[in-house]
Amino acid sequence: MENFAWLIPFFPLAGFLLISFLPKSLPKGFFGALAAATILGSFLLSVFQFLNNTGEPVTVKVFDWISSGNLHIPFSFLIDPLSIVMLLVVTGIGFLIHVYSIGYMIHDERFPQFMSYLNLFVFFMLLLVMGDNYIVMFTGWEGVGLCSYLLIGFWFKNTDYNNAAKKAFIMNRIGDLGFILGIFLIWITFGSVTYSDVFSSAEGFTKGDTTLLAITLLLFIGAMGKSAQIPLYTWLPDAMAGPTPVSALIHAATMVTAGIYMIARSNILYTLAPGTLDFIMIIGMATALMAATIGLFQNDIKKVLAYSTVSQLGYMFIGLGAGAYTAGVFHLVTHAFFKALLFLGAGSVIHAMGGEQDIRKMGGLKGHIPITYWTFLLATIAIAGLPPFAGFFSKDEILAHVYAHSPILWGFGILGSMMTAFYMFRLLFLTFFGKFRGTKHQFEHLHESPLVMTVPLMVLAVLSVVGGFLNVPEVLGGGESLKHFLKPVFEASELRSFEPHISHTTEMMLMGFAVLLAGFSIFLAYTAFITKDELPVEEEEMSWFQRLVYNKYYVDEAYDKVIVKPLHWISGKTEKYVEGQIIDGAVEGSGTFTLTLSGLIRQLQTGHIGFYLIAMVLAVVFIFSMTVIF
Amino acid sequence: MITTLLILIPFIGGLLAWASGNKSTRYIALATSIATLGLAIYAIANFDSSAGEQFSLSLPWIKAIGSNFHVGMDGISILLVALTAFLVPVILLSTKDERYSNPALFYGLALIMESALIGVFTAYDAFLFYLFWELALIPIYFICLLFGGEGRFKITLKFFAYTLAGSLLMLVGLVYLRSINPENSFEFSSLYKMALTNGQQSKLFWMFVAAFAIKMPIFPLHTWQPDTYTNAPAQGTMLLSGIMSKMGVYGLIRVIIPMFPNAVSEYGHLLIVLSIVGIIYGSLLAWVQTDFKRLIAYSSFAHIGLIAAGVFSNTQQGMDGAMVQMIAHGINAVGLFIIVDYVERTAGTRSISALGGIRTIAPAFATLFLLILLGSVGLPLTNGFVGEFLLLSGIFKFKASAALFAGLTMILGAVYMLHVYQKTMLGEEGTASKGFADVKGLDFYLLGVLAVLVFISGIFPNFFTHISGPAVELLMK
Repeated sequence: MENFAWLIPFFPLAGFLLISFLPKSLPKGFFGALAAATILGSFLLSVFQFLNNTGEPVTVKVFDWISSGNLHIPFSFLIDPLSIVMLLVVTGIGFLIHVYSIGYMIHDERFPQFMSYLNLFVFFMLLLVMGDNYIVMFTGWEGVGLCSYLLIGFWFKNTDYNNAAKKAFIMNRIGDLGFILGIFLIWITFGSVTYSDVFSSAEGFTKGDTTLLAITLLLFIGAMGKSAQIPLYTWLPDAMAGPTPVSALIHAATMVTAGIYMIARSNILYTLAPGTLDFIMIIGMATALMAATIGLFQNDIKKVLAYSTVSQLGYMFIGLGAGAYTAGVFHLVTHAFFKALLFLGAGSVIHAMGGEQDIRKMGGLKGHIPITYWTFLLATIAIAGLPPFAGFFSKDEILAHVYAHSPILWGFGILGSMMTAFYMFRLLFLTFFGKFRGTKHQFEHLHESPLVMTVPLMVLAVLSVVGGFLNVPEVLGGGESLKHFLKPVFEASELRSFEPHISHTTEMMLMGFAVLLAGFSIFLAYTAFITKDELPVEEEEMSWFQRLVYNKYYVDEAYDKVIVKPLHWISGKTEKYVEGQIIDGAVEGSGTFTLTLSGLIRQLQTGHIGFYLIAMVLAVVFIFSMTVIF
Repeated sequence: MITTLLILIPFIGGLLAWASGNKSTRYIALATSIATLGLAIYAIANFDSSAGEQFSLSLPWIKAIGSNFHVGMDGISILLVALTAFLVPVILLSTKDERYSNPALFYGLALIMESALIGVFTAYDAFLFYLFWELALIPIYFICLLFGGEGRFKITLKFFAYTLAGSLLMLVGLVYLRSINPENSFEFSSLYKMALTNGQQSKLFWMFVAAFAIKMPIFPLHTWQPDTYTNAPAQGTMLLSGIMSKMGVYGLIRVIIPMFPNAVSEYGHLLIVLSIVGIIYGSLLAWVQTDFKRLIAYSSFAHIGLIAAGVFSNTQQGMDGAMVQMIAHGINAVGLFIIVDYVERTAGTRSISALGGIRTIAPAFATLFLLILLGSVGLPLTNGFVGEFLLLSGIFKFKASAALFAGLTMILGAVYMLHVYQKTMLGEEGTASKGFADVKGLDFYLLGVLAVLVFISGIFPNFFTHISGPAVELLMK
């Protein structure tokens, strides 16, 4: 094996196994360091792959996994520009969050187990992005789902957390069923599930082919689950039950972007199925807007960020739906920077506040936790889309493509980004500005987090500021480096898609407009929460519309009342009536029937010879007449 | 010769264990079952998967009806023999003498059952197959009747009458087949060659399917199963679900698919529908159970439904999937029933609502349960995934919409398994969890071995499909 790429996932796996089996009497710091070191190792190897990358895909086969008839699934990895981008994001941010977790979780009695789960997560995430076929991707896909389950329910004594974990797993499984059916259809259609085989044969299909439409829709169902899109998004806000580093790593930066990666990876299939692309764009837009509105009214610092994540994932899908694969991946990368930072910053805030998550009980924290404040501010600017921070470039690239498709959708997109700017600055102002609204006890214990937590914040802050320069558009005199880097992956799609070009003047105007409106939203938030010093109103005082949005449109309640409860009721009734009375009743009935029948026949055994003789004669006559008839 | 020894050793060992009295019976039983396992491993090591039936012995037996004592092993047989030979010592080790009022009788019956099961999987004469099939029923009947829980008389009677009714249909079918076979033989190889008309195939198909469907069971012939599984002693349940349910699937593969191909293409879809109904039905009923053991019983029924649907898809992937999943199901079901048994022994109850919070008290036990659970819900890199994946791909090849419904097992399996895991292991401690002690010693190693196998066989499933694949291909021709 000339390429050592397999070591990249091997390190975190080894870390997981070592931590699981080493005696727990070893110092906690050792486990933390070990877990972080394995990810650092993977990161360095990923950098090595990046430096050695020529644009040519490299396949590294580990072993033959499953084979049956004409179905062959090797356990193989693919190193190409797209997987390298994902590798760098996963291991890079993964490493920072591992380091942060040492500070955040060290006092938990099950700290080693926590770190081992994080390692296991990274292992599966690496399988997901490195697999050279859909089944290895699916393996990582389900594996990260397992880790998500384990980590959301990490504090397993709490029933709410357990319910959230279970919900996440099951909702993802709904998506996964779509995904695996899509894989079956790929196998039936192309005779293989390996990317290179599938994509090269797909190039021979015409645009609009119905099989490709079905395949891409089925795969997208998987993406809806994992990347929390309508209608399978409700697990993600609940997933915030997990420890905050988990929210940052799994439920913001990496795992939830798997759906975007999957579609970007399968770009040629999607390009040839424009119907699916339109569908993705609509779902993405609906999700982006709906989640943003919910974000406007939430008071839990992590819930705001969670809905923001759902909304930003929607934007990535809008980009993909517009056929702008690079833009989707670009936003994935910048979002990973600033959203990981926001969550880790929120963790630092929660840490300082002694576990408090309600922003109505915070306020005025900026002087007490300055590093957290400054880094959080930078991330907020980045997500709000102000230049030249990371979010500005990536979001505007998506919106420019959307405009080329449909100015109306672009208008909705701008509306969403206005809301984003508003709820993020609302969060910032309520948390860090104004007067402290917590308890006296909390005030006395306010403290900045240790370096092991703040250094990752600072690194991510730098990335949130400069991340946008990865792909500066031509119109701003940029070289579009990411686009060129990813060109080999998206080339075939670009050849086949009609790119409606918009002029540089229009593009500049769109950008200016977006920035202006974002600024206006920030101004509104400033007036409300700084100038007027308002606090979010209690639920009782809300108008019916506010209450509807505040309660997340009652979607959870609807799912529970329309699907879960009735299904449980039906199952219970089925057990009682169908199982207990109809089916088993028939079985028992046949037993009883036999007894009754034999009781009746017994009556014939009269013991009178004459009766037997008559019966015999009658029977003989009967048999003869039958032979005559037939 | 090896095959004959595989049948004889547990039979003789069983008689010895029975006769030896209660003091040494456990050692005799364990030694016998481990010797059988050793022989099965030796057979696998010397097995040539490209060479068809091996280790054969064929002697003229009942000349009057043309039946031979013909035993041997092809790739399908040897995997099921190995599964049996592996699971029996695990099952025997999972008990202690004081569990049974008459341990010598229990061990004796269990080993005689092993012998009969191996006989079923290795018989290449249909009459011999039938005899072993019936012989296997007798020991498990007595295990359930003598050592089962409350209400066992009625439940065991239902179980016995139900399976016997199925077997009788098979016997009628066999006699009919033999009467129209010009070669006057019960040899499978001879029966395969018969040119049966469509009408003959249909009749025979239903007679045999009835016998196999009851044994697995397939919906709606399953109502004996939850009662029997719940009521049988722990080891009886493991024998039933781990091994005996595979007899029915084996029958489908050995008899139905090669002998009645036209009937399979005519009625196969009907059985796929029934099997899929069973998957969904079994999963939903598992979800609402309050008894831990009964929940696993329904889950086992749902899993068997998927295997049956895969076989009737009549594709290479469906068959290979059935082989992998039979092994997976054997390991996982026995593991889960050991877990149920441990909970019952330690907490004194199987009632889910009285449990909870066990992970706090018994972290090792909860972890082992989780690992086996992952196999049961088919997480990739576990044995359950490979089985489910191949079965579903075979079903998809047959009909995409069937795979959609059969695939609901992925969702529903997670629903009831995570439900029971949460209710028993997580949350606050339940009323019965107080006295719980973590698993250690023999129980720990047994569950540990099973948990490791869940992953090993999920990572290297080719080990199995390479053995059984050529045999499956041959049968499907």
